Amino acid sequence: MLEFLPEVLSSLTQPLNMLLLCAGVLVGIIVGALPGLTATMALALLLPFTFTMESDTSLITMGGLYIGGIYGGCISAILINTPGTPSAIATTFDGYPMTKKGQASKALAAAAISSGIGGIIGGLALLFLTPILADWALNFGPPEYFWVAILGLTMIATLSSGSMLKGLIGGCIGLLLGTVGISPVGGESRYTFGFSQLQSGLELIVILIAFFCIPEVISMIENKVKSQKSVKKEKGIVKTLFFYIIKKPFFLIRSSVIGIITGIIPGAGGNVASLLSYDAAVRFSKDKKSFGKGNVDGVVAAETSNNAEVGGSLVPLLSLGIPGAPPAAIILGALMMQGITPGPDLMSQQPGLVYTFLIAFVAANVVMIIFGLMGSGYIGKVLSIQVSYLAPSIVFLTIIGSYAIRNNFLDVALLIGFGLLAYVMKNAGFNPAPIVLGLILGPIAERGLAQSMLLGEASGNVFALFFSRPISVVLIVLCVLSILLPLLSNLFGAKNEDSQEKLGA
Amino acid sequence: MKKLTLIVVSMLSAVLVLAACGADAGGSGNAENYPSESITYSIPFDPGGQSDVEARRQQPYLEESLGQDVMIQYKPGGGGSVGWSELIGKDPDGHFISGINIPHIILQPLANDDTGYQTEDIVPAAIFQATPIGIAVSKDSDIESLEALVNKAKESPGSITVAGSGRYSGHHIALLQLQDLAGIDMQYVPFDGAAPSIQAFLGGNAEVIFGNSSDLIKYEDDMNILAIGSEKTFKPLPDVPTFKELGYDMTPGIDRGVAVPPETNQEVIDTLETAFLDILDEEGVEDEMYNEGFEPKRMGHEESLEYIEQKTEEYSRILENVEGD
Repeated sequence: MLEFLPEVLSSLTQPLNMLLLCAGVLVGIIVGALPGLTATMALALLLPFTFTMESDTSLITMGGLYIGGIYGGCISAILINTPGTPSAIATTFDGYPMTKKGQASKALAAAAISSGIGGIIGGLALLFLTPILADWALNFGPPEYFWVAILGLTMIATLSSGSMLKGLIGGCIGLLLGTVGISPVGGESRYTFGFSQLQSGLELIVILIAFFCIPEVISMIENKVKSQKSVKKEKGIVKTLFFYIIKKPFFLIRSSVIGIITGIIPGAGGNVASLLSYDAAVRFSKDKKSFGKGNVDGVVAAETSNNAEVGGSLVPLLSLGIPGAPPAAIILGALMMQGITPGPDLMSQQPGLVYTFLIAFVAANVVMIIFGLMGSGYIGKVLSIQVSYLAPSIVFLTIIGSYAIRNNFLDVALLIGFGLLAYVMKNAGFNPAPIVLGLILGPIAERGLAQSMLLGEASGNVFALFFSRPISVVLIVLCVLSILLPLLSNLFGAKNEDSQEKLGA
Repeated sequence: MKKLTLIVVSMLSAVLVLAACGADAGGSGNAENYPSESITYSIPFDPGGQSDVEARRQQPYLEESLGQDVMIQYKPGGGGSVGWSELIGKDPDGHFISGINIPHIILQPLANDDTGYQTEDIVPAAIFQATPIGIAVSKDSDIESLEALVNKAKESPGSITVAGSGRYSGHHIALLQLQDLAGIDMQYVPFDGAAPSIQAFLGGNAEVIFGNSSDLIKYEDDMNILAIGSEKTFKPLPDVPTFKELGYDMTPGIDRGVAVPPETNQEVIDTLETAFLDILDEEGVEDEMYNEGFEPKRMGHEESLEYIEQKTEEYSRILENVEGD
């Protein structure tokens, strides 16, 4: 790749490209921070403007926007418990409790640093490991998708704070919500109640806002959450945080690897990455109890992996022409409109362009850290706005956001309906996380199961298909461990209050 | 604090009411000076897809020939059905047009009765492009021709796995048609779009794949394309026989066109027909299409209507055969 260095450098150091890289990151952060407006949407909006650009400029801008957008999602997740993009779901678990404790700027700074580190690790993986990772991605067939989804569902144990029973009920509700729409394999409509708009299923972002944001806003109005007159600004916090984070190499690498792998698998995005990584952080932590109550490690785990996922999701795009995540699909479209068809030979046909993009990708992460840290001290000030202004503004933004996703009014109605339901459920002690988990993973599991059954039927051995493929076996072992470990630790440490509470009920 | 709750609730309802008004507003234009305002060109899929690529190519030409801004709007969902349900409810003044795909607009209403539109509600102005559907096996496969595949399928019915995108889709109907004509039975595995289906195929999870020409060309080196659904030899794939040449009377493909709401004035339809079909005569457009794996088509309003009718009969028959089994 060294022979392309001069070309890469001359392209990157062009003032226009540098400017657009920074602008892309900045716009991405803003769009990502607005609930309902996602990185995917920002890229879609940018798409028409890229036609007139050179192909390297357009890729650099889109890369910056993508990275900024995924990071930006954490801002609203931390400040108002609303994942700005689905990738930021797990960031709410500890980010918002930190805000409640008056540590919003600390959470934001931690998110910026860990996002950047995750993004850079993801970018380096993309730069050096793409051919290896691409082959690996192809080993992921329907049975593996099924097992990954099941592994994800075992996280309900970690995510249902308080009662395990309520967590499981929530998970089932989520699975049920996930069945709305045209069934992935049979092709028939389910639970659409005659609304043709529901044929494509419930929009994840709408359900996210409904379950995470609306109950919080209602509590805000009920004056349970006080507006914060001032967000504490601690001196030297960035430096302390940076060293705190950097001193956990194993933690960072684990989160990044989870992110990269999830990214490579087409069909599972940053949301699954951040949830899995959060789950791992909780399971491996010695202080499990503090998670969900404002442990900075929760934010770091989630943000590292969802930004590492970005790099991973571009691996199949650059090596096979298959987008690993929705935003990558739009980058594919942009390339096509430039007359470049990403396929297995993109790397060999356009090496200069690909390497320019990859180096720019790493650079964009550095830019993102800088913007994120500069902003973290100020963005938190949003919270000092009086509730009487803040609450309606949030509601207004969420309504616009939920409409904008698909230009669909039914989504606004669903937001209100599910939002009220979420409020009632929250008061009844249901945690929204398992519900959303079921909604995200249910369709992946269903598709994997049905497709595997069809494939197995043809080969005459359904059993072998599910239980004998190497990656499947690893996933099955992880599933079993994930379910049994908490039980075992409960058994051996009966006096250990912590694990008992985890099992709940 | 009760007051605040009230404010929020009233704001919510105000937004809803306003929005509902907005959706109904807008008068019907006069056909003589059409187009009198900007035109919304709705794409019922995600941005960056094949329909979008075509619409973006057309946009500048349309703006020039129609003398109005053309705004592209995305309305993804339900494999296109959400966008088409919206189209048929719009004012029939030609200022809201939508991309259409065949066989989608035929198969969706046949498959589910809550699709939100009927095939005959959609009034085509033109069909301008097609992506023939082809059938392929892996480069390493011992199957080297369509005949060999058919023979193998006859020997062991139901054991050959075929990847494709979706059920009641272009790929699915192509498979049903081939099974019908060849008297064979294979195992169809629907994936959630073309990309996942290709991924599964390249990973060796399915033996055979039905794919759009544009995708097959992209992975030409990894697969052996056995047949393609064009009428005559497909320019970008000169060595691949058509289904017809191999004795199977079928031309599977995805046709793309543009449609207006029902009861649109004939003059408006004519204007749009000319505007869209003239683009194909612009220099370089056809070559670009071939390079991307598309096949230019030229069907006006009348011809498109007949074509859709003919395909509807063809597909209803195939689906009836399947359900009759």
